[in-house]
Amino acid sequence: MDYNLMREFADSWALLAMALFFVGAIAFALRPGSRKLADEAARIPLEDD
Amino acid sequence: MKFGTQIVALGLFTFAALVAAGFGVDEPFRQHMWVLFFVLLGFVAVLIRNTSFEAAAPIDPSAYMDGPIRYGAIATMFWGVVGMLVGVVIALQLAYPDLNIQPWFNFGRLRPLHTSGVVFAFGGNALLCTSLYVVQRTCRARLFGGDLGWFVFWGYQLFIVMAATGYLLGITESREYAEPEWYVDLWLTIVWVAYLLLFLGTILKRKEPHIYVANWFYLSFIVTIAMLHVVNNLSMPASFLGSKSYSAFSGVQDALTQWWYGHNAVGFFLTAGFLGMMYYFVPKQANRPVYSYRLSIIHFWAIIFLYIWAGPHHLHYTALPDWAQTLGMVFSIMLWMPSWGGMINGLMTLSGAWDKLRTDPIIRMMVMAIAFYGMSTFEGPMMSIKTVNSLSHYTDWTIGHVHSGALGWVGMISFGAIYYMVPKLWNRQRLYSLRLVTWHFWLATLGIVVYAAVMWVSGIMQGLMWREYDEQGFLVYSFAETVAAMHPYYVMRAIGGAMYLSGALIMAWNITMTILGYQREEEPMPGSVPTLQPAE
Repeated sequence: MDYNLMREFADSWALLAMALFFVGAIAFALRPGSRKLADEAARIPLEDD
Repeated sequence: MKFGTQIVALGLFTFAALVAAGFGVDEPFRQHMWVLFFVLLGFVAVLIRNTSFEAAAPIDPSAYMDGPIRYGAIATMFWGVVGMLVGVVIALQLAYPDLNIQPWFNFGRLRPLHTSGVVFAFGGNALLCTSLYVVQRTCRARLFGGDLGWFVFWGYQLFIVMAATGYLLGITESREYAEPEWYVDLWLTIVWVAYLLLFLGTILKRKEPHIYVANWFYLSFIVTIAMLHVVNNLSMPASFLGSKSYSAFSGVQDALTQWWYGHNAVGFFLTAGFLGMMYYFVPKQANRPVYSYRLSIIHFWAIIFLYIWAGPHHLHYTALPDWAQTLGMVFSIMLWMPSWGGMINGLMTLSGAWDKLRTDPIIRMMVMAIAFYGMSTFEGPMMSIKTVNSLSHYTDWTIGHVHSGALGWVGMISFGAIYYMVPKLWNRQRLYSLRLVTWHFWLATLGIVVYAAVMWVSGIMQGLMWREYDEQGFLVYSFAETVAAMHPYYVMRAIGGAMYLSGALIMAWNITMTILGYQREEEPMPGSVPTLQPAE
C-alpha cells in the first residue's frame, strides 16, 4: 500500500463515507418527532440532586 | 490490608527510578530520575502512614464517587495559580531580559512550563474533575472500576510533575504543546487509557438511557487526545536510559504531524472538552435546559468533522504543499458556523433568565466565557486566511488570539464550573463570598481585554515593521528595532496578565475558605433579595 493508493482512497470513498455520515447524523438529529425526545434529553442534568 | 498492592507496586517503581538514576546515560536523565525517585518515595511514605489492617468500610455502590473530583478541584486551582504565575514571569522576562536566570529559569525553559502548566495542568485537571462529576450525575451511576479514578488522578499529577521538572532540566522534544520526552509520553499514554476506561465504563453502566450531550463532548476529547498524543509522539529513544529521542517523521511530514496534533489539541482539549463543561454547568447554574438540544448535537458532529482538518493553517507559506494549506484554511473558515452555533446555543440557554446576570456573578463569568468563545472562534478563522496570515503569522497577534481563547473561554468557563462544584462537593450551603467572585470577574475580564488589545497593537505593528521596504527594495527595520518598539506593549501585557493572576488568587482564597466551611458576612448582591414594599 503506497501513498498514491491511500491518497486515492482518501479523496474518493473515504470522503464520500464521511460526508454521508455527517449528513446522516444531522438528518437524524432533525428527524420528525425528535424534538420531544431532545427536550426530554435536555432536562437530564436538571433532574439530578 | 489497605493500600497493600499500591505500596508494593509503587515501591518497585521507586526502586526502578533509583536504578535509572544510577545508570542513566546523560546527566539530565539522571537528574530527572532522582526527581522521580523522591516523588515516588513521598507517595510510598504517605501510603504507608495511612495504611491500616482493619477491614475497609463497605462502599455504597449507589453513591457517587467524589473523592478524586474534590482533589481534582483543588489541583485545578493550585496548578492554575502556578501556571498563570509562570506566565506573568515570562511576560516580564520578555520586557526585561535580565530576569532570565540561567540555566533553569530562562525563557526557553519556562515558556513550555507556562503553556503545559495552564493547558494540561490547570485545564487538564479542570476537564478531569468536571468530566467525572458530569458523567456520574448525567448517567446516574457511580464511577466505574473502583479505585481507577484515584489512579487516573494521581497518575496525571505525576505526569505533570515529570513534564514540568523535565522542562526546567532542559529535557524537551521541541514539539509545541508536546514537549515531554518519550518516557513521560509513555506514562501519559497509560494514564490516558485508564481515563478512557474509567469514563467509558461509567457510561456503559449508566441508569439513564440517553447519553447526555456533555458526555459526548468529553468522550470525543478523551478519544481524540489519545489518538493525537500517540501519533504525534511516535519516536525512537536514543537509549532506553536516556532523555533523548528522535521523531518517526522528518521534514514537512513532521511539521504537519506536529500541527495536526497542535491544532487539534486546541480543538479537542481546549474546545470540545470545555464545551462539555458548558453544556452541563451553564444549564445547571441558570437552572434552565440548554436552548436547543438538537443544535448541540449538530454542533458536536460539525466540530468533530471540521476541526480535524484545520491544522495546516499553522504552516501557511512553508514547504507544506499549497493544496494542504488551502485545505486547512477552508476548513478553518467553515468552523465559523458550528462555533457560532454553539455560542448562540450557550448564550440562549439564558433566555428567560437574563436577570440572573445582575445577581449571579458565576453566570456572568460563564456568559463572558461563551462570549470569548465566540470572539476567538471568529478571530481564529480570520487569521487562518492566507492574506491575513501573511501579516499575523509569527507576530504577537497570534499570542493575543491564543490568550483571548485561553484566558477568556477556557479560564472563565473553568472558574465558573469550579465555583459551581465546590460548595456541592463539600456540602456547603454557598460559597464563602459572592462579592469576591465579582472581584475575580472584573479583574479577569479587564486583564484579558488589556492583554488582547495590547497584543493586537503590538502584533500588527511588528508584522508591518517586518514587511516595510524602502524605495530601493531594502528592509527598513532590523529585527532588533522591532523588538525595541514592542517594549512598552510587553510591559502592558505583563500588567494584563498580573490582573488575571490576581483574580485567580482571589478565587483560590474564596475556594479555600469555602472548603474550610466559612461564610463571609456580606451584603447580598443587589437585586438578589426582593426588597419589601410597604402595602399601600
